[in-house]
Amino acid sequence: MNETEMRQDGSGPRLQLIKAGLKRRYAKEKIFRTLGIAAIFIALLMLAVLFVTITKNGYGAFEQTFIRLDVAFDASVIDPEHTGDSDILSSANYSGLVKKTLREMFPEVKSRRQKRDLYSLVSPGAAFHLRKMVMADPGLIGTTQTVWVPADDDIDMLIKGHIKTGREGRGRVKADRAAWVDTLIKKGAIEKRFNVAFFTNGDSREPELAGIRGAVVGSLYTMFVTLILSFPLGVATAVYLEEFAPKNIWTDIIEVNINNLAAVPSIVFGLLGLAVFLNFFGLPRSAPIVGGLVLTLMTLPTIIIASRVSLQSVPLSIREGALGVGASRMQAVLHHVLPLALPGMLTGTIIGMARALGETAPLLMIGMVAFIVDVPSGIFDKATVLPVQVYLWADSPERAFVERTSAAIIVLLAFLLIMNALAVVLRKKFEQRW
Amino acid sequence: MRRDEIIRAVGKPFLNDESVKISCRNVNVYYGDKHALKNVGVDIAEKEVTAFIGPSGCGKSTFLRCINRMNDTIRTCRVEGEIILDGENIYDRNVDPVLLRARIGMVFQKPNPFPKTIYQNVAYGPRIHGLARNRAELDEIVITSLEKAGLFKEVKDYLDHPGTSLSGGQQQRLCIARAISVQPELILMDEPCSALDPIATAKIEELIDELRQNFTIIIVTHSMQQAARVSQRTAFFHLGDLIEVGDTNSIFVNPEHKLTQDYITGRYG
Repeated sequence: MNETEMRQDGSGPRLQLIKAGLKRRYAKEKIFRTLGIAAIFIALLMLAVLFVTITKNGYGAFEQTFIRLDVAFDASVIDPEHTGDSDILSSANYSGLVKKTLREMFPEVKSRRQKRDLYSLVSPGAAFHLRKMVMADPGLIGTTQTVWVPADDDIDMLIKGHIKTGREGRGRVKADRAAWVDTLIKKGAIEKRFNVAFFTNGDSREPELAGIRGAVVGSLYTMFVTLILSFPLGVATAVYLEEFAPKNIWTDIIEVNINNLAAVPSIVFGLLGLAVFLNFFGLPRSAPIVGGLVLTLMTLPTIIIASRVSLQSVPLSIREGALGVGASRMQAVLHHVLPLALPGMLTGTIIGMARALGETAPLLMIGMVAFIVDVPSGIFDKATVLPVQVYLWADSPERAFVERTSAAIIVLLAFLLIMNALAVVLRKKFEQRW
Repeated sequence: MRRDEIIRAVGKPFLNDESVKISCRNVNVYYGDKHALKNVGVDIAEKEVTAFIGPSGCGKSTFLRCINRMNDTIRTCRVEGEIILDGENIYDRNVDPVLLRARIGMVFQKPNPFPKTIYQNVAYGPRIHGLARNRAELDEIVITSLEKAGLFKEVKDYLDHPGTSLSGGQQQRLCIARAISVQPELILMDEPCSALDPIATAKIEELIDELRQNFTIIIVTHSMQQAARVSQRTAFFHLGDLIEVGDTNSIFVNPEHKLTQDYITGRYG
């Protein structure tokens, strides 16, 4: 005591000591802050690399090469007896029309092999396109129309410069096809357009016809099932455990298990879904209902943990205030605690949902990896989801699917970004200060 | 020391007349293994202000929270003994804590208005208890409560503003309005001024003096001056024991117990 009192003059050794230490303390702080900034910078750099790579690979898929055909809708091919019957119209030989048009454009092509190469300039989707036009307007029969049809994926890749012409041997586009493409370019009969089909079609074996609509809708249905099951269940569980449950060995065991479940590899949930929902309960394979159930199991622990943390963060004084005027515990929770905890719960839920949206492994186990062309129209329809679509396309050999894989990832990332931004906005909006 | 014998604090803990609102006998409180309150026996008089004083950790807040069974919410807390309110032990099995808390209001140390509007803060109690049959009656209750709490003039144009937007002293008066809105017989105040500045404190003290006309009030306070100013009876706690109870005047002027004397003369605590 005496010693410190003695040294309490402005320039004494005590102040010198503190000053010397101060320098060291600030230096340490500076190092720590620099490290922090470096860590954030590295993380941002990685993120930038990811986004740039994916965008670079994927933006091409939002454009598709189209070829102009002057198609004569020949009545003798489409509807020889002029019945106007829609069955006859829909089963007519439209690919014959496409082929005929191509032959007329390149009259020099004679041999069977060359003809086959010529026909494969345009996508098989061209015939469907013509049929759709005729079904929509039978008046087209007998006229000649200028129609833009999607080019074959190889031609698309050639135009976009991803593959080379094939003297060198390995190319998929032989020299004669390349020459025809050149002719088309000269005629202005080939051009790149916005790829609407990518957003309106389901999956397809033909890259130029493949779209993500099926996967997006499948994902939405799956997320819908997950949300309506996991949010109420998770919140109810959290409220009970946090506000009502007695503190004993059983609730401890439950708590440990919930934390444990949050760390279980997702494929295990897939196996569980396969065994329980498909084999035992006999729910339909590949359906969003089962996908949603499996993802519910996976998301529940996340929601419960986030909700409990958010309940804990509501100050005790609010509960006491409510109890003090004679509210029952249920009323104190429902009227005061829950509304204050809800933003945190929503944030946790959205983050859990974002994780579920990007989940692939458990869905592979329950058959959502099947090749499904149709866009699902309900939670019991066969469907696939976005990340599984990415997986399927990444697995396909055609060069054009590389582009589409990245494009699908862009769409998936966009959804995730929207969800996470929503979580931040909700938190900011409903954040309570007390 | 036998547990079941009535330990008498020195002074005048028990009252013999009709004015007893609450009588406590042999109250023991445990937090887990910790014996927080030991054999407390005291009577609280009706329509009077009783102050609980004592150094930190002496059990005065614990005892206060026993009276409206707020300690029920603490898992490790165990209460023994009798607290008799109007002839009925509030720890009896058939006593409903919700009903009890409608009869005994509470004001807390830190102002804790609900993060809702001023109106909703006051209307909440009457609403859950169904005290108002219609909106007009509810308005009436809210306005009278705010008036009684001396807050109405300041907030009458801001009833739809959040209660948390008020100043600390106003918030505390809002909490008092909230407590009296259900017309309790008794109001417990747990250091209601400890978070307030002297001017806000003076207002609350004035208010307490007015409320004494209609309510029985128990106030826990750290400030002996406050106890001297607002209370008619004072109880001094020390380390879980109730040491001395008596009329405020006599306890401050002429304490019987050595500990009480040390405490109020500032030699201790």
